[in-house]
Amino acid sequence: MRRFLPRPTLAAAATFSVGIALIPLAYLGVRVGEAGWARITDELITARTGALVVRSVALAAVVTAACTVLGVVLAFLVTRTDVPARRLFGVLAALPLAVPSYVAAFVWVSTVDGFEGFWAAALVLTLVSYPYVYLPVTAALTGVDPAQEEVSRSLGRGPWRTAGGVTLRQVRPAVAAGALLVALYVLSDFGAVSIVRVDVLTRAVFTSINLGFDRTGALVLATVLVALTAVVLLAEQLTRRRGARYARVGGGAPRPPTRLRLGALRWPAALAFTGVIATALGVPAASLLRRSLEGVSRPGSIAELATAARNSLGVALLGTALTVLLALPVGLLTTRVPGRLAVALDRLTYLSHALPGLVIGLSLVFFGINVAYPLYQSVWLLALAYAALFLPLAVAAVGSAVAQAPPGLEEVARSLGRRRSYVLRTVTVPLAAPGIGAGAALVFLTCMKELPATLLLRPTRLDTLATELWTQTSVAAYAAAAPYAALLVLIAALPTWWLSARTGVPTRGGG
Amino acid sequence: MGTPWTRFVPASALSALLALGATACGSDESGQSGPESDKKITVYSGRSESLVKPVLDEFREASGITVDVRYGDTAAMAAQLQEEGDRSPADVFLAQDAGALGSMAKKDLFAKLPDAVLDKVPGAYRDDDGEWVGVTGRVRTMVYNADQVPGADLPKSVFELTEPQWKGKVGIAPTNGSFQAFITAMRVQEGEEKTKKFLEGLKANDAQIREGNAPIVADVNNGRIAAGLVNHYYVYELAKEEGTTVDALKAKNHFFPDGDIGSLVNVSGVGVLKRADDDPDVRAFVDHLLGKQAQTYFADETYEYPLVAGVASAPGLPKLSSLNAPDIDLDDLDDLEATVKMIKDSGLA
Repeated sequence: MRRFLPRPTLAAAATFSVGIALIPLAYLGVRVGEAGWARITDELITARTGALVVRSVALAAVVTAACTVLGVVLAFLVTRTDVPARRLFGVLAALPLAVPSYVAAFVWVSTVDGFEGFWAAALVLTLVSYPYVYLPVTAALTGVDPAQEEVSRSLGRGPWRTAGGVTLRQVRPAVAAGALLVALYVLSDFGAVSIVRVDVLTRAVFTSINLGFDRTGALVLATVLVALTAVVLLAEQLTRRRGARYARVGGGAPRPPTRLRLGALRWPAALAFTGVIATALGVPAASLLRRSLEGVSRPGSIAELATAARNSLGVALLGTALTVLLALPVGLLTTRVPGRLAVALDRLTYLSHALPGLVIGLSLVFFGINVAYPLYQSVWLLALAYAALFLPLAVAAVGSAVAQAPPGLEEVARSLGRRRSYVLRTVTVPLAAPGIGAGAALVFLTCMKELPATLLLRPTRLDTLATELWTQTSVAAYAAAAPYAALLVLIAALPTWWLSARTGVPTRGGG
Repeated sequence: MGTPWTRFVPASALSALLALGATACGSDESGQSGPESDKKITVYSGRSESLVKPVLDEFREASGITVDVRYGDTAAMAAQLQEEGDRSPADVFLAQDAGALGSMAKKDLFAKLPDAVLDKVPGAYRDDDGEWVGVTGRVRTMVYNADQVPGADLPKSVFELTEPQWKGKVGIAPTNGSFQAFITAMRVQEGEEKTKKFLEGLKANDAQIREGNAPIVADVNNGRIAAGLVNHYYVYELAKEEGTTVDALKAKNHFFPDGDIGSLVNVSGVGVLKRADDDPDVRAFVDHLLGKQAQTYFADETYEYPLVAGVASAPGLPKLSSLNAPDIDLDDLDDLEATVKMIKDSGLA
């Protein structure tokens, strides 16, 4: 096996990272263990829990399927076709991720009469989470070696068959990773499902706490989410193909791939693209604007807005840095030292990913109080919570990025006598940079809009855009809330723009 | 406002890891207050910043005591406090409803309040064991759209809402704490059977479920639903947001007459954590909440009922004494559990 760090170091670092992601599970274990068997079976073996599981799984399946189609099609249009205004579309298509699901759902409910139930939730969740697929697939499509496509074309396959048979197969890891994240995100979401009133597991977890102040009952129900996650992970594992080669041959100087001419489809494609962006971004934007104009409540001052924005940026950046740093060893291990340990560690990072933010928040309260008391209610513990919440986002990105960096180049560097850490820094990471950047952007956006864990763990008196948004909407001061929401999306737009530039969407090729 | 953040700004992500490894950066010494006055208290507030902040500012100014306050959702905060246990940095918990305070008292986290504090508030609005005390009263009402419900059709009792003429017209928020307190009181006062029938009646009558009180009032005001069961002050919040007066809104409050359970009085309240049992700063804070200045603020600005004698409620509200004061413990958790089960069994939540 190829080794680029001494294996024990890498394995230890990866194990440490995974340990962080497992804090919530340890907490669940402790608290559910206290509950006793009678209580657990009472709570779990009911017709209601059964119905909740079925509905949660159905919602996750529908949204995942929709996001996969939408994300792959949009990414393909942006990177591989001559659709008009590619640069603009490329950036806009990623932005809906910056819209918190609770904001999106609220906007739809207050705009459309009778907007509620399963399909309403499916629509809102699809619109806010398809970028989980779109972003990594865009990065992967940019990184794919065009040589394989050229071979396919030269052997007589048409452009569309090549796209389906070669290109999409090459980005399969990115698609699968994105779809997995969507499925787990849908299982963990509370904001949208509570507003459009779909009774799923997360809602039942919150109801237990809100209605009965019943922490134990809530945590017992949360273990079902972990079990479902395990099933989803297993399913994803089964779809993996062995022996596929994803790296380009000469990673150092990427060439732009040939673009498909859409011909008569060019403008219809642009129209469809515009439609998606209008529903995902335009509807919230218009509604926020209307709210600001209609209401009379106002945010305290520009200074308060600025402070909240600075705090949001600060905690999100810190959370992102920590998350990506923790993700690196796991991503490297899974791609460069594959084996049982790597697979196990990689899967374990996902295991707590379907838990709602409130449960993760409580688990870090538990951790902070009992293990890391000096860090309690400091930004460090909050950053750690973000890492526990979002590690899989970064691990997936690092994994698929490193998979596309040809190991041959690292071997050459090693054979020339470079040390492993030097090769990692100067060869592997630069080659994988666009993908890692995509992961970092994902984590950053998600940190910015995270609410329940932030409320529990933020340092006292630290207000972020998300917490201010919550403060204002909880007293129905929607006009005062609107600027915070707008700023949240705007700030999230910056890394997205940067990201699109880095992955080459807006800068290269005709458009 | 940005102070807690600034002290971390220069650090890099790498040192974050180091700090984690060492678990001993020791930068957080806030919130340690002994029995002597250190002119500093930490408040966990389950009530919204926009409602509570002016009172805290007044207190800070009058007493010179620094108030560190965390805002959060009442139920989530109760869970957090229970997780923190006796290492909690909190001195005081300000909560939206009696149930959350009761769950704290049951876990034995609150100190008993002195009689001098308890006696300021009528017996119905405080804990029987003296571990928390009510600060403000809120009344359950029926909000209705004046265009859709003529005055003559207004129900005399909340039980009428299960009748056919209200089919599909009544909004409720069954996962909300105040709805649950209302149902608990109904069980105690009217009996289990009648309450069960009422909930099943609401379900069969196609009650419109909402996530909270504010969306119900908004939907009643814009005519999407004709009526809803909420707390009385939400119409005032809506009027404030729309820049108008309550009289100009389509949504009106209807108080059920003759002590009907539909107009139950509920409370927001405060409890003191054990660690702050004899902290004079904390005592000063609780006294301030029950003092004339703060009570007047709540009456005039948040339109809640002051619970301390000598302070008048906002004009236009019926007298507190004419409404249904609960003759039960609103914080009795065993009762709450049965209520939750009943609400779930009815299919409403």
